[in-house]
Amino acid sequence: MAQILESYKLKEMRKRILRKYLPKRDNLLYILHSLQDANPQNYITSEDVKAVAEYLGISVSEVESVISFYTMLSRKPRGRYIIKFCDSPTCHLLGGGKVLEEIKETLSIHVGETTKDGLFTLEMTSCLGACGVAPAMMINDEIYGNLTPSKAREIIESYKRRRK
Amino acid sequence: MKFYRSHILVGMDTSTVLAGAKEVEAHLLREIERQGLSDEVKVLETGSLGITNQGVVLLVYPEGCYYVNVKIEDVPEIVEEHLLKGRMVQRLLFKEKIKRGPAAIVLRESPLDIRRQSRVVLQNCGIINPEDIDEYIGRGGYEALEKALFQMKPQEVIKEVKKSGLVGRGGAGFPTGAKWEISAKIHSEKKYVICNADEGEPGTFKDRVIMEGDPHRVIEGMVLAGYAVGADKGFIYIRGEYALSIQRMKKAIEQAYKYNLLGSNILETDFSFDIEMRKGAGAYICGEETALIESLEGKRGEPRDKPPYPGTYGLWGKPTVVNNVETLANVPSIILKGADWFRSLGTRDTPGTKLYTILGHVMNQGVIEVETGITLREIVFDYGGGMRNNGEFKAALVGGAAGCFLGRDMLDVKMDYATLKSYKAVLGSGAILVMDNSACIVDMLKCILGFFRHESCGKCAPCRIGTDKLYRMVSEISTGMGTKDHPKLMLELVQMMNKASFCPLGQSVFLPLSSAFKYFEDEIMEHILNRRCPVGVCNVR
Repeated sequence: MAQILESYKLKEMRKRILRKYLPKRDNLLYILHSLQDANPQNYITSEDVKAVAEYLGISVSEVESVISFYTMLSRKPRGRYIIKFCDSPTCHLLGGGKVLEEIKETLSIHVGETTKDGLFTLEMTSCLGACGVAPAMMINDEIYGNLTPSKAREIIESYKRRRK
Repeated sequence: MKFYRSHILVGMDTSTVLAGAKEVEAHLLREIERQGLSDEVKVLETGSLGITNQGVVLLVYPEGCYYVNVKIEDVPEIVEEHLLKGRMVQRLLFKEKIKRGPAAIVLRESPLDIRRQSRVVLQNCGIINPEDIDEYIGRGGYEALEKALFQMKPQEVIKEVKKSGLVGRGGAGFPTGAKWEISAKIHSEKKYVICNADEGEPGTFKDRVIMEGDPHRVIEGMVLAGYAVGADKGFIYIRGEYALSIQRMKKAIEQAYKYNLLGSNILETDFSFDIEMRKGAGAYICGEETALIESLEGKRGEPRDKPPYPGTYGLWGKPTVVNNVETLANVPSIILKGADWFRSLGTRDTPGTKLYTILGHVMNQGVIEVETGITLREIVFDYGGGMRNNGEFKAALVGGAAGCFLGRDMLDVKMDYATLKSYKAVLGSGAILVMDNSACIVDMLKCILGFFRHESCGKCAPCRIGTDKLYRMVSEISTGMGTKDHPKLMLELVQMMNKASFCPLGQSVFLPLSSAFKYFEDEIMEHILNRRCPVGVCNVR
């Protein structure tokens, strides 16, 4: 029952989001952004893809190809907090590698994976443009800089506590 | 108007906000009120004050002194000692090369680049409140637009920009005036101006500093570009990750509409111009102008075949001018002060100023704006404050990932587009990543090639397959599995990519790779022949 209710809610939300945009091809990316942001698991579902394709009058494969192109869009369920770790030469030079190892160990996941409790997903990003405070990472919309292994662990622990 | 005896500017950029600038500001306001100073002291938010990596930064006038690493606990002391009793809090002062003198001069300069800095693009950053259009107007903002609309024909605007010698600051260095002229000459009912704010080159955040510190300057530049080429619609394509820039640009656009500096019949003339902001979705390739256009149209951001160039066939097939943020931010000053003034700055081939981001093993990391013609040595040792931990300069990666390694013997080479080109190097976005002897070139190459492998869009085979092969080969070298043939194979492959790749992404992998082999062949060969990383960074088995 709860599941049916959940899928009904998602359907209603999808309708609301689609209605906000004109059915124009150039709105595709913004619709996808909005759908993903509205999903509690931070991803675009198969139902979303179908609905968008229908709404814009394009094929499902075309929508899929756009999603797969952009790193900020995901077709897999992700955690509530998405950690984007900066992989730029600057962050690398200033010790990013050790920080990344510590994060992997703290969360017991590899890059691209989500923790079992569904809280964190670890992703790499090419450059956050926060090089003045390298090494840096972003958790959802927050940037954290001047990271050390222990500082990164502390930040992640603080996110774990938020849940409680 | 109220007169305040003191002004406190709180630097609000990505790095200070994460250090708690908002909280410090709130405490400042509360403490000032508690001490009954609200009528005497004004607290203002501003963009980057030019000091990064030093926590929350405050600038207090009329003294013109900078406080760094300010914590909430320090606020009562600052208010009581400095504002009430007039004594500076010595322990929090930023002591690097603070220039003594009248406040007005200090105003124009930031401590990172105190000596010969001449700010054009950043003239308002760290001085005005970027969220208040009146402050921009108060410092001469939108005067250039007024001048252009009432005193100049569109062709005259183009002529002035052409005469100024301004070249694109995004990386390719194409003359801006010529670019505009191409679109202006075409008859079309619809034309577009796109501001390329998809700053993704690793090690670059200059555009973010401009947008966070002086968003109206970008808007004014766009409107001027629109007037010059006859466009009535502009798009700002901005990186999805730049939350603060997005917020400030959005606010600035709203304010400009309210003042009729955007919209229909701007300043009651016949000229109309609209700006819309679009968020990117995380693809480095979208910094390439045709890929950006594809992305704006809601497609995969894959580059188009050129020609036709966007100037003739761009967004939805219409003539489109695509300019970088820094380029557009130069335009208002050129129109207002004239091409001759602009030409008096910098070198003959590349007049004006350039923003550089100084990063890595230097004392002071940050953004500087200086006249072109500055040498690498000056950037590293004067503006960057020299090497960190008394290290020795080993190399600089100039221009981001799609840039070149420069060795010690290149320290006295001028860092401008024309000079670097003669050395077969590039300035690119102006990112300068400085390395001391603790950096391993193979390790850095691996990081750079990993970047290209990830960001290759997959459209053409040379780049898609080439970047993957190169990454594998450099990984083999770094783990001690490289053979004597590796360097030859890698160089051959990258030369082929340089010639056969579809767009600049695949073509430019050549730059970091060939320059690394040019300056640091011994170090790379040491990994191969003796299976040893001289620096001890690589995990050679």
